[in-house]
This record gives sequence, structure tokens and C-alpha cells, in this order.
Amino acid sequence: MTKLPYERPTIRKLTAGPLSKFGPRAGARPVAELEGVPVPELLARFGSPLFVLSERQLRRSYQAVMRAFGTRYPQVQLAWSYKTNYLNAVCRVFHQEGAWAEVVSGLELEKALGNGVPGAQILFNGPGKTRADLARAAEVDAVIHLDNADELHRLLEVAAGRPHRPRVALRVNLDAGIFPQWDRFGFNLENGQAWQALQQVAAATEQLDLVGLHCHLGTYILQPAAYGVAATKLAALALRCQQELSLPVRYLDLGGGFPSQNTLKGSYLPGPDAVPDLDDYAAAIAEALLGAGFRVGELPLLVLEAGRALVDEAGYLLGTVLATKRLADGRRATVLDFGVNLLFTAYWYDHHISPVRTFSEQTEPTVLYGPLCMNIDVVRESIVLPLLAAGDQVVVHRVGAYNMSQWQQFITLRPHVVLLDLQGNPHIIREAETLEYLQQPERVPAHLQG
Amino acid sequence: MKLKKNIATSEAGFVFNPATGDSFAASPLAAEILELLKAGQAPAAIQASLLARYEVSASQLQRDWDDLMAQLHQFQLLES
Amino acid sequence: MSRRPLTVALTGLNATDSPGAGVAVARALRESPEYEVRLIGLSYEALEPGIYLRELFAKTYLLPYPAAGSQALLERLEYVQQQENIAVIIPNFDAELPHFIRLEPQLRAVGIRLFVPTLAQLESREKLNLSAFGTAHALPVPATHALRQATDLAVAAIALGWPLVLKGRYYEAQVVHTLAAAEAAFGQLAARWGLPLLAQQFVAGQELNVAGLADGRGQLLSAVPMRKLTITDKGKAWAGITLEDEGLTELARRFAAATQWRGGFELELLRTAAGEVFILEINPRFPAWVYLAVAAGHNQPAALLRLALGEGVGPFGAVAVGKLFVRYAWDMIADYTDFQRIAGIGEL
Repeated sequence: MTKLPYERPTIRKLTAGPLSKFGPRAGARPVAELEGVPVPELLARFGSPLFVLSERQLRRSYQAVMRAFGTRYPQVQLAWSYKTNYLNAVCRVFHQEGAWAEVVSGLELEKALGNGVPGAQILFNGPGKTRADLARAAEVDAVIHLDNADELHRLLEVAAGRPHRPRVALRVNLDAGIFPQWDRFGFNLENGQAWQALQQVAAATEQLDLVGLHCHLGTYILQPAAYGVAATKLAALALRCQQELSLPVRYLDLGGGFPSQNTLKGSYLPGPDAVPDLDDYAAAIAEALLGAGFRVGELPLLVLEAGRALVDEAGYLLGTVLATKRLADGRRATVLDFGVNLLFTAYWYDHHISPVRTFSEQTEPTVLYGPLCMNIDVVRESIVLPLLAAGDQVVVHRVGAYNMSQWQQFITLRPHVVLLDLQGNPHIIREAETLEYLQQPERVPAHLQG
Repeated sequence: MKLKKNIATSEAGFVFNPATGDSFAASPLAAEILELLKAGQAPAAIQASLLARYEVSASQLQRDWDDLMAQLHQFQLLES
Repeated sequence: MSRRPLTVALTGLNATDSPGAGVAVARALRESPEYEVRLIGLSYEALEPGIYLRELFAKTYLLPYPAAGSQALLERLEYVQQQENIAVIIPNFDAELPHFIRLEPQLRAVGIRLFVPTLAQLESREKLNLSAFGTAHALPVPATHALRQATDLAVAAIALGWPLVLKGRYYEAQVVHTLAAAEAAFGQLAARWGLPLLAQQFVAGQELNVAGLADGRGQLLSAVPMRKLTITDKGKAWAGITLEDEGLTELARRFAAATQWRGGFELELLRTAAGEVFILEINPRFPAWVYLAVAAGHNQPAALLRLALGEGVGPFGAVAVGKLFVRYAWDMIADYTDFQRIAGIGEL
């Protein structure tokens, strides 16, 4: 006789409170496969936990951004924000699609060069460029986005005696109605700093070649109109540069900060409802630039440093339930084999998490903990999931941005990262770490050996 | 481990505790266990019958049983 | 002529001391001259009083809270639609409106019509935007400043003068007379409702309300002015009386024309001793006292039903003045099994 399927018995108190997200007759929808590849198969082959990236989605996201902006403005260039995810395979997908590189450190600059990006297509941002970084950038003809006056003077020293003038853009911060205003990067527009810096650059045209103006409003900006304000102000500054300093500006870089569909912690509405369409951002920027008063044929190139909007959706973290338990106050807790060590973004987002196999419609709210022996290791404070048991597998969605660059090697080793190509074939693009890898740079003094 | 006598259970898996006014919804398996407990069956006998009919190991069932009893206790549905 | 049968679903069944409009709208629809309306309740919590008004609602379904997202709402409504064959839904709850507006095409595809404002109309009258909205449409709105930090208070006070009305972004307001009091209130309101807060010029006068309906093409179809006679400690009307005031109707007409408003609305107004009228708030749905409009000869919900179905509706005639409403509390009796069904299965 075949036995009946089993799910642990559970009882919940009925309250006058609201219905769970799934309603009374539908549990969380399972996600059994990614790009046609069964999740259990991926985990059996590559181990758990496992990061998976979909090449199809990477390309789709890139093309969506290009379409949104390219249909509204004649010249658009994306510069892939390396810090978001600088695994070489990911970067190369975007470079194949036509992206330049946006880097914020000497390390990232070398990564971009290593990925075959011509120096002239590398934009070098960041407040922490060393003299060596500036020299290297000048050597490969990358565009240096100036952050402060000290950096400008350091670059003038570096530029002295070079055969070619280093190419520069000025990073500007401005009031676009965003609060808090990011005023720590670049030169402030409203207090005259930016203009002063441009005058200094103009006075040094023998040494420096000004090619662009740059402005990055912040991160996860949910107000498309703010980009319109920034574009208007930056365009006015560019026109003034041209008219008063005879410095034509070839590109305006509106930075990044475009959201993905993740749900920010504390947001009343889930990401898909709270996040405006990409088209709204594109329309705000294009409208501002087209109406700014540039002469026909002199419209500057529009550069965007998209990161999260290109990669977040394509990333998945697969994992396994290690245990379920009940907390002192009666709440259910579920312990997973990944935590904030791998899913850094769990600090910012209420990640969408799906079961892999099909369950009954019974659900239960649970806390999701990671495996770290630390109180801060919480993946979700409360999420309604089916009656998971040890050994069940889960999929975390939209993890492509920042996790694979901000993850921590803490207590355990980082797992494989796999790219599913356009045919659904898995390729390891970063090997799981080993103890040997971890200890390779370590040295034990002689008196502690033996 | 006896269910309080005045606890009302329904076929749909609802449970009502007249002493507190609280209502509960039991999953189908929990509802089945409550019915058997209410009928006076011994826990060991109930577990044996579940093991015979459901795809579950004795060890898993024991852990889940303990968890359910803890819940029933917390909800004041068991004779103390 | 016999009335045609029609199934209509409503939210806002929370007929509590800070009531939603659902029960009043239900009552109005029952008096529709054209339709024999069968009513389906849509509630968010298992103890919303309307659920237990079994003589009004044939059946009630629990909905997921707006925070669960528009997709969750759509899936739930599609399930309800399979059971009930609903022709029109009238949403009566502010926070759910963006979802319903966004879902209008999908709901239409399963046979459900709405008659709701556009997203742009909804956003334009939000508290944060009301001041700009007033300026843009030459509608009288008290001067307002957004406050992002406590230090903004001093700036607002210079511009607006004392006393100030400090408002939470979504709910609640306090009148403050000094900077010290303002700073204390700022802390409380910011903690409860987040930033920014709003500082509004204080205007003294008589509070008036207008329940209105507009056709989405700039025409006002109905405006029923009301003055509150008694209020609860939450400031909600517990009794009120209809007024004759062409000035208020004219203001509603200008509002409908300027915004091309689509659907029901409520203007919360203030008239100074000098007779100047200010718009304090604009609610994007019928007020809880909308049954008074029916009593005054303007069955706005029944007219909205016809608009949703694409039928022509002309402007209503004169408002019957001096009609009073007096609200009362009434204890309905239900059984725990009713509660179990709505809380456990989500249907009653």
C-alpha cells in the first residue's frame, strides 16, 4: 500500500487581522527550475548554497535599459558599474552587449582592462584615487571623474610631462529634491564649487582634456522627476561651460541609482508596485536634455552607470533548510545554509523567497535565519512560507547586485557561482573557495610552527 | 496529554476554546490528531496509526508531534 | 419598470468609529432605481462590521492588505470573480486605490468594471502635493511647507506665521503655537508617520464637507455640501446636515473641471469668518456619510455604478437642504463559527 504524503501538523490562532499575502487557498508558488534547469539538479551537481546567474536575463535587462533610453534620446551609452558585480563573466556579457566600464578603484580599473575594455571606454569614479591610480588611468586614457580639489591638483602633477592630456570629467553634486542629498561626492553645484573647479580645469587645458560632466544622485532613487531636475541642471552647466569657458562638454553622465524590483525594508508596498517603470526615468532625463537648449547636432552623449538595474534580476541564491524550530514566543524559525555572509542585501531588502517543491496550501509565518552563530544573521524577519522541513530547498530572487562583491568570507567559505548560458548550460564562473585558497596568503612565523 | 473536554472541533479543522474565546485553524493532519485525542486515544496508538499510513519516519513524526503538543499547550488546549 | 439584476462588490466595510464608506455605499446601491443590486463585501480584516451585515452583503471575501502588492490583490479578485460574476467593484479605501487603478485593465478582462480616478489625479491631491495642486489649478489651499528636519520649522514659521498646523504625511494633525511646541510635535508625528511632515498655515473657521461625483471629462455631476453637527474624538462626523451653498458647489465644479476627476470624491473645506473657503484635503472616494447625499436626492453611488457600466449620466438637480444624518452604534450578534469561516477560510 502506498502511503499518504506527509506534512507536519500545525495549528494557528485565528485573529481579526489581515489575510496572508497568498490568501487562504493558495500557498507560495514554487519555483522548481531556472531557465529550464531543475533547481534540485543544480544543487546536486554544484552543492548548496549556490549562486546562479542567468545570461539570458543579463542580456534582457541590458537591452531593456537601452531600449527605454535609446528610443527617447539619440546617443546613449551604458557604463557597467563594476562594483555591483565584478565577476569577469558577468562583466564580459555586458561588454559584449556594448557597455563601457565604470570603475571606482585601481583594482576595478585593472579588472576592466583585463576584460578587454579599451582604456578610453573606462570611466573612473570614486573619492579614493591614489597617485598611482591616477597615473595608471592617465596611461591607459581612462576618463578620470574628478571628485575634489586635492585630486584635481594631484592629477595636474601626474599630468605634467605626459605626451597626452589626461581626459577628465567633473563630478557634480546638486539639489534634485532628493533627501538626503548626496553631497559627499564631487563638487557642489549650488554653492559655486563646481563652477570654480571648471574654471580651474579651463585654466589648465594644456594639461587636462575636459570631456564630460557627471552627477550621481544616490541609490535606489524612486523619483524619476529627480533625474529630470539633475539633467536640467547638468545641461545648463554644460552650456555655460561651452559659452563662458569655451569648453565643449561631450558627454553628460547621469550616474546610476536606478532601482530593481526588490522590496526595500520598511517599504509599505512591495518592489514591483513601489518601483517606477524604467521608461519614466528615461522620459524624465530625455525630456530635460532635449529641452535644454543644445544646438541641433550638438547634443551631448548621455552616459548612464547602470548596475543594479542590469544585474539584480538575473541573480538567484539557491539554498537548503537545515532545521526548523520554535522560538520562545511561539514563532516558527527556519535555519538556512546561507545567511547575511552571502546575502549581504538581506540588510536592505525583504527578499522574495520561493520554495522549490510543491506543498499543500498550508502556510505558516516564519523567521528565516542564516547559519552564522551571530544574532544579526537574519534573512527575513517574517515571511509566510509552506511547511518547510529540513532538507527542503529554496530560491532567493533578485540577488545579482552587490552580493557577489560585498559577500563576506566569515566562518565558512563562499560557494560556487554558476552562469546559465542562453541554452541553459551551467558554467562555473567562480569556483567554491577552499581552505587552501583561504590560507594561501597566510604566513605562520617560525616560532609558531612545529 | 489530553485535550480539554469542552474544546469544540469542526470538520473543516476549526477549533474553538470556550474558556478563552479563541478560535484556531488546524492543518488537516493536526485536525486528524485532535479528533483522535478527543476520542480518547493514547498518543502512542495515534502515532503508530500515523506511521502506518503516512510517508514519514518515526523520528520526524516524534519531533513534529512534540512541536504540535507544545503549540496546543501554549494555546491552552491541553489538560494541564 | 423592473430593475435589472447586477452583482457589485465593495470594500470599506469597516463601519467603526472611524468608518469606511462601504456600508453607506451598499445602502445607497440598494436604492438604485435601475439595478437590483446583489452585494459582495470585500474586507481586509475578519471583524469589519459590514461582514456581519448579512442582510446587505450576500457574501464577503477577505482581501490581502495593500502591502501584499497588486499581484496578490489581482489573484484574490480573480478567485472571487470565479465564484461571483461581479460586474463592478467600488473601492472605498484610500490605500488600496493605487492597486485598483493599476489593475483596471486586468479586471476589465475578467468582466469587472471600475470608475476610479487616474494615478496622476490620485497623486496630485495627496497631502504632500496639495499646495502645488492648488497653485496649478487656482484652487484655494492654505500655504504649506514640507518639513524634512526639525530645523525646517523655523523657516516655515517665518513664512506661514504662528500658529502652525503640523500634519503627518498620511494622517493626524496638531496645531502648535510656539517653536518649542512645534519641535515636540514634530518628533511625535515624524515617529508615527515618517518624514516629510507638512506645516500648514493655520486658518480658523467652520469645517464643511462636500461629497461629489464627476464624470472624468470635466463635468461635475453632483455635489452635496454638509456641515458636521457633532464629531467623535477622532474628528469624524457623527451627525451632519445638508446645506445650500452655490459657492461650495462652484468650488467642486472647478475642481472637477480642473482635474477631469473620474469618480467619487470628498472635499474637506474650511470657511473663514470673512467667507473665504479653503480646501484642506481632497479624498479620492466617497465619504462615509454619503448616504446623506442619497437622502438629499443625489444617489451618487448608484450614478457611479452607471458610469462604470458606460451608461450616460446627467447632472443631478437641486440638493434637498436641511436633511440630517445621525449615526448610531448597534451591536450585531454573530456566532464564533462565523468568525472562524471569515478568519480561517476568508469567506462568509
